[in-house]
Amino acid sequence: MSHVELQQISKQFPGVTALDNISFDVKDGEFFVLLGPTGAGKTTTLRILAGLEHQDSGSVLFDGEVMDHLAPADRDVALVFQQYSLYPTMSVYDNLAFPLRSPLRRTSEGEIRIKVEETAQKLRISHLLKRKTAHLSGGEMQRVSIGRAIVRSPRVFLMDEPLSNLDAKLREALRVELQHLQKTQGSTTLFVTHDQIEALTMADRIAVLNEGRIIQVGTPEDIYDLPASTFVAQLVGSPRINLYKSQWEENTVTICESDVQLPSPLESKLPAEFLVGIRPENVKPDPNGSFTGQLILTEPLGVETILHIQSGQRTLLSLVPGITSFRLGDVVKFNVATEHIHYFGLNGDRLQP
Amino acid sequence: MATIELRQVEKKFGELHAVKPLDLTIQDGEFVVLLGPSGCGKTTTLRMISGLEAVSGGTIWLNGRNVTWLHPSERDIAFVFQFYALYPHLTARKNIAFPLQAQGESRETVEKRVDEVAKLLRIEHLLNARPNQLSGGDQQRVALARALVRRPEAFLMDEPLGALDADFREAMRSEIKRLHVLQHATTVYVTHDQIEAMAMGDRIVVMSEAEIQQIGTPVEVYYDPANLFVARFIGSPGMNLINGKYSDGVVQMAGLDNRYTVPQEWQSGLKNNLDSETEMVIGFRPESAQINDRGNLIGKVYASEMQGSSAVLHLTINENDIIHIRTDRLIPYPIDALVHFDIDPRMVRFFNSKTGAAIKPEVTQ
Repeated sequence: MSHVELQQISKQFPGVTALDNISFDVKDGEFFVLLGPTGAGKTTTLRILAGLEHQDSGSVLFDGEVMDHLAPADRDVALVFQQYSLYPTMSVYDNLAFPLRSPLRRTSEGEIRIKVEETAQKLRISHLLKRKTAHLSGGEMQRVSIGRAIVRSPRVFLMDEPLSNLDAKLREALRVELQHLQKTQGSTTLFVTHDQIEALTMADRIAVLNEGRIIQVGTPEDIYDLPASTFVAQLVGSPRINLYKSQWEENTVTICESDVQLPSPLESKLPAEFLVGIRPENVKPDPNGSFTGQLILTEPLGVETILHIQSGQRTLLSLVPGITSFRLGDVVKFNVATEHIHYFGLNGDRLQP
Repeated sequence: MATIELRQVEKKFGELHAVKPLDLTIQDGEFVVLLGPSGCGKTTTLRMISGLEAVSGGTIWLNGRNVTWLHPSERDIAFVFQFYALYPHLTARKNIAFPLQAQGESRETVEKRVDEVAKLLRIEHLLNARPNQLSGGDQQRVALARALVRRPEAFLMDEPLGALDADFREAMRSEIKRLHVLQHATTVYVTHDQIEAMAMGDRIVVMSEAEIQQIGTPVEVYYDPANLFVARFIGSPGMNLINGKYSDGVVQMAGLDNRYTVPQEWQSGLKNNLDSETEMVIGFRPESAQINDRGNLIGKVYASEMQGSSAVLHLTINENDIIHIRTDRLIPYPIDALVHFDIDPRMVRFFNSKTGAAIKPEVTQ
């Protein structure tokens, strides 16, 4: 396993800057997620790491060793893609054995058998070893693809949205299995996704990308609790963060066009106008609450309920546990957990009060 | 406004049942969601209501009128597919007006109706823009406005949010529901996404393998699933389900030595349902278990997930079963650590492992 460094990587495609001076490092054994919307540069970053794409400037290092001029095969990385690229005419066993049978490796068939069986067990596909991959379900195929990557011990695993094509239940299950596998194997893993819940749940650290730039790097808690910009704050968290233009006057922050007035943070250095961000779980209905709104919509999700509370012209989302006894049209009193309020400048950058 | 009634409606393709005979009554003004995995028959059912697909048997009634063999255009039902396909060369206003003009409505009526629906969707300021000048979300709003402007008796929607990014999907989900709250048009909505179904439906029809598994409110399907399929399918993650053996008020779970004492009110129900069998399934939702050092049950840490406002701890309790316990914040347990927990006795459920059906507690009065 390996320590991976990207140093000042830039990449132009005709008419677009795909990557603009990207630097980060992935520690040995770390599960590192690149998170961002379509076109952010996540896949390009991964392809440059793999050697499938060449950067215009900057360097890729594995354990301090420059990889820039090495071909993909010589970098010793394993790739898993969204589309399973299995050999349909081969059995699951032969698909798993394939990377080990490379003439460069000279692994004996006995050794291969042990490794294939071990891998199959980890991925719960032991019962499928004799099947042709064409006869597998989507979830089983993706398990085999992952198996083919982990059957040997490459320096780095590179995964490009491997769960995106699976249905919700399978995605949930594989997400947990993949995390368990990575933690027990201690493999250095770079995982690309546009799905914020995959990033939060699996990552040791996340790099948020947008338009070819890194916006923030941090643990899931850093990204969720201290988003560096409104872009990150809105990208992460479901339901989405309440984000409204606000003003400041006489130690009071007022969310524009609403009845919500909050105590201004001490030593405030807020500009005249800015944005206030409040995560829905921090808008808390409370019979003694300071604010009043009207309930205009409820969305019961089972484990919790989303309340849409209208205050003035603004609608605040509130996330409460379980099923609510509120009815549409009810006047709802609520509080805001002031210690969890985020402040952003009108340009979107986080303000440090 | 409309009531829709399906009586023994079925669809066969050759010998294969796409939809087995089903009965369903949708009340005037109700928002009913047909929910299930792909191939469960939900879209076929919707297409039969619309008239795009002929029934193989049974009858369909709209406001008490038998419409089984009427042409789709004679049913006065609007069918909304995934929202896209705006005319790129027309302004938002002309796109929205299009279905009314096609119906030959007067110019004044068209203007008035477009303005009304634009106000409802808060897109008045966008009416003169062309689709390529609009953001993705605004394009979807214009497409929704175009569907709404006709004011049909009922709406049929087939995964309208399926093609959207997670972000828009969440926003559009609440906008469609808000519209329904304001307008109360009878709506039948098809999705494979249980979160969408829970969030939007007055009632949910859970389907699997061409059959209705359960019809109920979101609260009913979540807390009292009719069978193992519904228990698993609803919720994210679904209900924890563990195989066990029942005797004398105690469930012996498979795997680790977990013995669960069944609450009194369930004991006679279990005894009657299981008869001489002992095999059964015990179920509880991830938020219905509490980690507690003195808890009676035990599991081994498999993984933990930070999900934003909450976290989930995954425990193995035997070779095959991973259970999920929800916590407020991530507790960084090492893998393989042993964790004790209890199940909230009001939230435990039981299922017959042969039939998969939920076992009812004894009704006490």
